[in-house]
Amino acid sequence: MSAHAETNPSYPQPHHGNANEHPPPIHYSSRINPVIVGIFLFIGSEIMLFGSFFTVYFFDRVVNGHVHPGSPWPPYIPGTHTQYERPWFLALINTCILVTSSFSMHWATTSAKRGNRAGLCSGMVLTLLLGTTFLLTQVIEYHRIGFNTSDTAFAGTFFGLTGLHAVHVFIGLTILLAMTVRSFRGHFSPEKHHGLEVGGIYWHFVDVMWIVVYVTVYLL
Amino acid sequence: MRNPIRSEQAAFRLVWLTIGYFALIVIGAAIDRWLGLAVFILETAAVAWWFTTHSDREPPVMQSSGQGPAGRRLLVIANETVTGRELLAELRRQAGVGPTEVLVVSPALNSPLKHWVSDEDDARARATERLEVSLAGMRAIGIEARGEIGDGDPLQAIEDALRTFAPDELVISTHPEGRSNWLERGVVSGVRERFALPVTHVVVDLAAADPVAAASAAEPDQPA
Repeated sequence: MSAHAETNPSYPQPHHGNANEHPPPIHYSSRINPVIVGIFLFIGSEIMLFGSFFTVYFFDRVVNGHVHPGSPWPPYIPGTHTQYERPWFLALINTCILVTSSFSMHWATTSAKRGNRAGLCSGMVLTLLLGTTFLLTQVIEYHRIGFNTSDTAFAGTFFGLTGLHAVHVFIGLTILLAMTVRSFRGHFSPEKHHGLEVGGIYWHFVDVMWIVVYVTVYLL
Repeated sequence: MRNPIRSEQAAFRLVWLTIGYFALIVIGAAIDRWLGLAVFILETAAVAWWFTTHSDREPPVMQSSGQGPAGRRLLVIANETVTGRELLAELRRQAGVGPTEVLVVSPALNSPLKHWVSDEDDARARATERLEVSLAGMRAIGIEARGEIGDGDPLQAIEDALRTFAPDELVISTHPEGRSNWLERGVVSGVRERFALPVTHVVVDLAAADPVAAASAAEPDQPA
């Protein structure tokens, strides 16, 4: 016969000494998992960040239609009757490159789960190369596009949105580089590959954001 | 709501869903701008509908049956009624069948505002007090029991308890119909639908047993 009240063992408890020396034990509702909250906060912050850039882009687009009724989108280059040209085909190739990198990232993760180290390393190297190719292609695109950030509002928002995404790709490549080095050092196994999983999620997220940017800025 | 990027595989799937989503919009817009807008609205509505109808949480991790040398195991969910005579009588009846191990989970009921600002200290303190009284009552009639403070949502509290305790039966204690917030919210029927375990519903009428206790129990925000 034993009857006693106890707090949930999953909540951190003071380990030793006088209870007054410690703050009260932390307790949180298990309905709100901290990991889920973290991911949703991250997604929320990214949506707000990209959302602000998209808002500026669409505002410019709507205002352009009101100020110059009947004018096309993209707008005319100032002083001419020539529209800004968006390199949609080059961007399409870049899109294919980035989507392919998602494939190779998934291949790498799946290989890690199956204990296929060669597949893991090959997948990571391929993803890193494809991501670098994407970024370099965008640099070349910027170099040859024929307008600059200070030209018009359209040019500013174009560079703002694509540049913001490029920053994300750069961060993703940094993470991928670390993951690739760790892969070659044998840090990942079928049991332990959390670092790979999280990096992969980020890379796919960058891919998703590019699809949104590409369709909005280059196609519609 | 399910997290759409809860794993690398889910995120990879999201890439393909995004491609499909935007491909249809682009095709629609290429035919006619307004068709593209219509496709966008339809697709967005479909996604919203899917999230609304498929927003069930991950299925709970069920423990293996607790039947063993220790005898039957009961998981009791009760808050204000945790000190009720009817509940003690039911537990005594169940314990009379054979060796019985009881885990009492007392959800820390809180107001929505206090829940969202994580001000749960008072709610947990009240639940702890009631739990102590209840466990003392069980000890007095020879029932082996221990207690935990659970999530304010009784279904979530049960789900949490199931991860560490494998009961043979669930016992839910509520106020009578008309005074029970849990009954009004369909908690008992929800438990029967969600968990593949026998469920015993005990109605505790604190007002009939002790008008003073009933009055003090009515103070918290959500009478169970």
